[in-house]
Amino acid sequence: MKFAIQVNEGPYQHQSADTAYQFTKAVLEKGHEVFRVFFYHDGVNNGTRLGIPPQDDRNITKQWTALAEEYDLDLVVCVAAAQRRGLLDENEARRAGKDADNIADKFRISGLGQLIEAGIQADRLVVFGD
Amino acid sequence: MLHIVNKSPFERNSLETCLSLAMDNSTILLIEDAVYAAMQGGKFSDKMASAAEQCSVYVLAPDLQARGMPDEKIISGIKTVDYSGFVDLVADNKNVQSWL
Amino acid sequence: MTDEAMMDDEMDGEEGVIKKFLYVNRKAPYGTIYALESLEVVLIATAFDQDVSLVFIDDGVYQLIKGQNTEGIGVKNFSPTYRALEMYDVEKLYVSKDSMAERGLTEDDLIVPVEVLDNDQMKTLMEEQDVILSF
Repeated sequence: MKFAIQVNEGPYQHQSADTAYQFTKAVLEKGHEVFRVFFYHDGVNNGTRLGIPPQDDRNITKQWTALAEEYDLDLVVCVAAAQRRGLLDENEARRAGKDADNIADKFRISGLGQLIEAGIQADRLVVFGD
Repeated sequence: MLHIVNKSPFERNSLETCLSLAMDNSTILLIEDAVYAAMQGGKFSDKMASAAEQCSVYVLAPDLQARGMPDEKIISGIKTVDYSGFVDLVADNKNVQSWL
Repeated sequence: MTDEAMMDDEMDGEEGVIKKFLYVNRKAPYGTIYALESLEVVLIATAFDQDVSLVFIDDGVYQLIKGQNTEGIGVKNFSPTYRALEMYDVEKLYVSKDSMAERGLTEDDLIVPVEVLDNDQMKTLMEEQDVILSF
């Protein structure tokens, strides 16, 4: 079965960021397909590569990147939500005249249409948030 | 239909709204802070016990364990699932509503 | 998986199928960004020609209140956008009768025409959806 996941909260602030990861991992381990993980609201902050969590804590962004590498996941960060919150890839940074980008490996920035498409294409869409 | 609730009923009304809008025979899964609603002896326990008669009510075991909530104090009729069971609940229901 | 669920899945897989999308709004405006960013999703979604409904439950009904004036808080007033939804063929706006009553509100307090649903009607509406996006 094809799943889509929406993540609405940022890392560390709210457990839903972890729950979304644990759920997605379980979906993949059971042999289902994940059409897309879509990060919205403060959820876009899961995609920054500049976070430095304490060494004895999990690194949520790296967990996602590793999962994406293993299963070829599509991790999409909403562009409108990301621009508001200062999450940029190289293109966005250049276009907006910013001096840096901060998106993590395997994440990509795209439009809200990707969420709707995920809702259309996937058999189930599960929202995690506050 | 699967209803997912992640708020403590002592803090927010998500669970109460969910119970008022869940059809009989639907499935309810308590995760994150909503797991407190699965415990005996609280102000919402009677309500949850009767909800468990109308609907299938599940609680996410890793969230219970994280919060030190013992299995033996779970309201009778409420079943525990792990993440794998969570995935099955989503797959087995035609649609999902997260009561954020 | 049940047979019923399997059949629904096969139907969903067909090309050009129109799914029922429900946007569930349960949060007040301005206190958090959810109401605004939910509306942004709805506007983008209009390009996809899906069967869209919006419901307003609990504090979500406050999103539709007339007379919002945000000058004093330095935040954009996005409530006029609800009136524009009609132009994008988003016409199915539902509010919870209980949520309105609990807050002492009537339809006259709202900025757009809505259909007021009791709990049984709301249950039926939710049950028949394919995709439920909650904010």
